[in-house]
Amino acid sequence: MLVLIHLLAVQDSGELLKGLTAVGRGIVYGGAAIGPGIGIGLVVGNAITAMSRQPESAGMVRTTMFLGIAFTEALALFGFVLAFIISG
Amino acid sequence: MLLASLEVPPINHLIRWPAFWFKDNAYFAVNKVVLLMWIAVLMVSAFYLIGGRQKKLVPSGLQGLAESAVDFVREGIILQTMGSEGLWWTPLMLTMFSFIFALNIFEVIPIAQMPVNARMAVPLLLALMVWVLYNAVGIKHQGLFGYFKNIMFPPGVPVALYVLVTPIELVSTIIVRPLSLSVRLFANMLAGHLILVTFAVMTSALLGAGVFAVLSPLTFLLLVGLTGFEVLVAFLQAFIFTILTGVYIGGALHPEH
Repeated sequence: MLVLIHLLAVQDSGELLKGLTAVGRGIVYGGAAIGPGIGIGLVVGNAITAMSRQPESAGMVRTTMFLGIAFTEALALFGFVLAFIISG
Repeated sequence: MLLASLEVPPINHLIRWPAFWFKDNAYFAVNKVVLLMWIAVLMVSAFYLIGGRQKKLVPSGLQGLAESAVDFVREGIILQTMGSEGLWWTPLMLTMFSFIFALNIFEVIPIAQMPVNARMAVPLLLALMVWVLYNAVGIKHQGLFGYFKNIMFPPGVPVALYVLVTPIELVSTIIVRPLSLSVRLFANMLAGHLILVTFAVMTSALLGAGVFAVLSPLTFLLLVGLTGFEVLVAFLQAFIFTILTGVYIGGALHPEH
């Protein structure tokens, strides 16, 4: 792969820069989505456990669950915005 | 080629609208986004003014809808986060929730189809307003010294850990909160807008791709499904923005002891 990149670099550096920028954007967003994906899964899973154990407190648990999702999701969204900020 | 005509437009094409009024003025030019914002202000004001005009004992029609919105904000947001003392904040939270929801729902309304919150200006301004509010409330209720003491030295932490906790808490409360509040709303709406555009472009590209046009109903169905999902997102983001405002103001009202 490195040899390929080198060959491409010799041929046309503008195209290479564009392609590598696209790859970098993909890596940034993909990397930023891993942690929050696991985190939101944990939050919602535990919230469902709590709701099914105590259905009478479902309202409170739901509010807290959305708060937890919002805080966790923010990290993925930073990655999303960062992917757009990256420019070649 | 199958997807020869598939070309997702660049992002500036999707969210940057040409001005059509006061074109030459750099600050007061009016484009579609500004127009939608004005419509949202008018819609929300008219909804609550007309809904609250008669005050019948048994509400019906618009009044019922307005009352259930007030009830939702009061029961679902304020009492959950600020307690009964937070009821004083109901007007702010109600207008904030309705305004953000109206701005978001333009994403799926035909002809409009542009979430105003996909531009950073409105979320940023709202988040700065919330930032000023909760800091002012905290300083008013706890005093300048007490407020910063409660932020930087949260009780119940071992003394040695303050080396770590104090800078983190200070940065997260003063700097990261408004940033994450605005970026959350903005990025969610922008992502939803991009997804809808992508599937719309894909459907039209498949329609013009000869024999592969038989696949286009699939992407179209996905587009319809995602439109429904975006309605949910528009509601959820307005809800989350308002509930976080409640949490921040509530935290400034009642510090942890």
